[in-house]
Amino acid sequence: MIKLRQAAAGFAVAVIVAACGTNGVPSGAAASLSPSRGSVAPDASAPLAADSVATYRTYLETNADLLVERTRLFVDAVVAAKVPAARALYASAREPYERIEPVAETFGDLDPAIDARENDVAAGAAFTGFHRLERALWQQNSLVGMAPIGKKLLADVITLQGLVKTVDLDPATIANGAVGLLNEVSASKITGEEDRYSHTDLWDFAANVVGAQEAFNAVRPLVAARSATLATTIDAGFQAVLDALQPYQKGTGFVLYNTLTAADTQPLSQLIDALADPLSQVAAIVVTAQ
Amino acid sequence: MTSSRAISRRQLLAGGLAAGAGLAVGGATGFGLARAAEPLDPGLQLVPFYGPHQAGIATAAQERIQFAAFDVLTDRRAELQDLLRTWTAAAAALTAGNPVGDLAGDPLRPPADTGEAVGLGAARLTLTLGVGPSLFGTPGNDRFGLASIRPAALAELPPFAHDQLDPASSDGDLCVQACAEDPQVAFHAIRVLARIGRGIVAIRWAQVGFGRTSSTTSQQATPRNLLGFLDGTNNVHGDDQQAMDTHIWVAPSDDPAWMHGGTYLVARRIRMRIEAWDRDSLGDQEATIGRHKLSGAPLGRAVERDPVNLAALGPDGQPVIPLGAHIRLAAPATNGGIELLRRGYSFTDGIDNATGQLDGGLFFICFQRDPRTGFVPVQTRLAASDALNEYIQHVGSGLFAIPPGTTAGGYIGETLFG
Repeated sequence: MIKLRQAAAGFAVAVIVAACGTNGVPSGAAASLSPSRGSVAPDASAPLAADSVATYRTYLETNADLLVERTRLFVDAVVAAKVPAARALYASAREPYERIEPVAETFGDLDPAIDARENDVAAGAAFTGFHRLERALWQQNSLVGMAPIGKKLLADVITLQGLVKTVDLDPATIANGAVGLLNEVSASKITGEEDRYSHTDLWDFAANVVGAQEAFNAVRPLVAARSATLATTIDAGFQAVLDALQPYQKGTGFVLYNTLTAADTQPLSQLIDALADPLSQVAAIVVTAQ
Repeated sequence: MTSSRAISRRQLLAGGLAAGAGLAVGGATGFGLARAAEPLDPGLQLVPFYGPHQAGIATAAQERIQFAAFDVLTDRRAELQDLLRTWTAAAAALTAGNPVGDLAGDPLRPPADTGEAVGLGAARLTLTLGVGPSLFGTPGNDRFGLASIRPAALAELPPFAHDQLDPASSDGDLCVQACAEDPQVAFHAIRVLARIGRGIVAIRWAQVGFGRTSSTTSQQATPRNLLGFLDGTNNVHGDDQQAMDTHIWVAPSDDPAWMHGGTYLVARRIRMRIEAWDRDSLGDQEATIGRHKLSGAPLGRAVERDPVNLAALGPDGQPVIPLGAHIRLAAPATNGGIELLRRGYSFTDGIDNATGQLDGGLFFICFQRDPRTGFVPVQTRLAASDALNEYIQHVGSGLFAIPPGTTAGGYIGETLFG
């Protein structure tokens, strides 16, 4: 209870930042943290953008590896036409992907091939990836003809695993990725349209939030150096969302999304919005720290 | 449940103060400049925000409304006060035609003001804040320490015959009535206030209205409602000081003291069975309302403002204005002299999916000194016998205490916190 109430008031922070100056940074803090020049040695305690990037890159690559590992197990079951086994592996295979999705989205057609929902696919185009298999598993109740789809999915996530090592990262991109993940939650998870056949949306929901939190944590030292209030506000906002998900946990996963009512989903949605507002202030702040 | 949804913290206090500083800057560099450079336009007219009473009540009714009821998510008294302070500062800026914070600053962060009201002026925007019965909690769950000062006049409305209220579009801890000549100005105001309050409050329900359905000053022409009839002819006029003091404003002799200069708002979402009404003969429509359709005159009279003679009998010995006619049952003479200031708007929200019929009607709003002697007895009478009941249904309801106005440096609702 206490934790929940310690979370953030989004726009209040936005207003604070807006009132601080043209670059959204309290001028005193900006001055004291300006990059050192000339003969003066850099302040060894100042947070570095490079550290943030390195931290997030590790997270990104760890999850890309995990995605390949879990997708391989899932696809093995699909190719073997083992419906119950594939169903049991579906949600956890997606989890690493949902934690790092904004990065995956930067590689052109890869995200649609892996994660398009049926209504995202243009007429005449191929419907592939996780959600094609989800439909087969839960709606068609059969994996007949799905082996090629499974093999293509595995090949695509392996391609992604290689590509993420090449991605250019900077603190603002990482911060915006965190906002992007929360927007994913409010656009398609909270509506239950992401996993419309399996109703495993809460796995994706939680993975998006955790992925956003890790992205924020990577740049957090840069934020805290500029605005400790903003950093703690966002910390509390993440905690409030995670606490609110707690009642829906079941075993190692979650209850099915179609068991939730509007009275359940509306507070979750409001917590996401209240968190995403202050988070949208982060990119401007971390840029000035570079 | 409520407290578990609260996600706020004391930083809002700092936010509120910072907002005040930001607003002053916005006023100098935002809409204000654009206004000075453009020729004076009636749409830019300002309604003063500060005063002994809140604006948007005695104010000549604007053409548009965006109404929103909010749930308060926190249970901390200080956070509620901070919110009201921040809202008041924002409302003062918005009603002066200014943005709340910057419109375009850093490309890397969202602007503080959302921007859709740029160039539209103040458009006579008024923002009227109210507090609902649920804000006062119960003696067992006194969320904000306000239970002891809940006005007796803020008693829950009783159920009325034929009510079909949807809880999802009823009640609320707080309300904001935004009225303006431009719908986007009114929308912007509610959007900005909801954004400022994110994490502290959440919109519970909202209603857009597009045509005022009452004349609220002696100068205003009476508009037509969706039934095609002139509505609100015999209304309390905001410029009639004596009537306002007698019937609308909470007087110094009334309890509680924090409401002096305030009033009470009742909102009702009244769905009209438009398709059925449109099949009704002209004669029956006029008998249902008690007025002639085109002229607006009371039945048997010539012009709209002719006095309503409820005693008049026709050649057949029957009352000229039928016993079930809407204007008879709503008339002050039928209700012991009760007068309400009606300030409603027409609405349409598309169609009812179950029937394919229009979802439209009257978003009824009235102000009064005490709902127990105002809306409640009038509506009890109407619900029992109004011929119009065949064509209408009350589907949403809200009751709010409207605290008095404030002055620069104060905030709306300040009197609540002693």
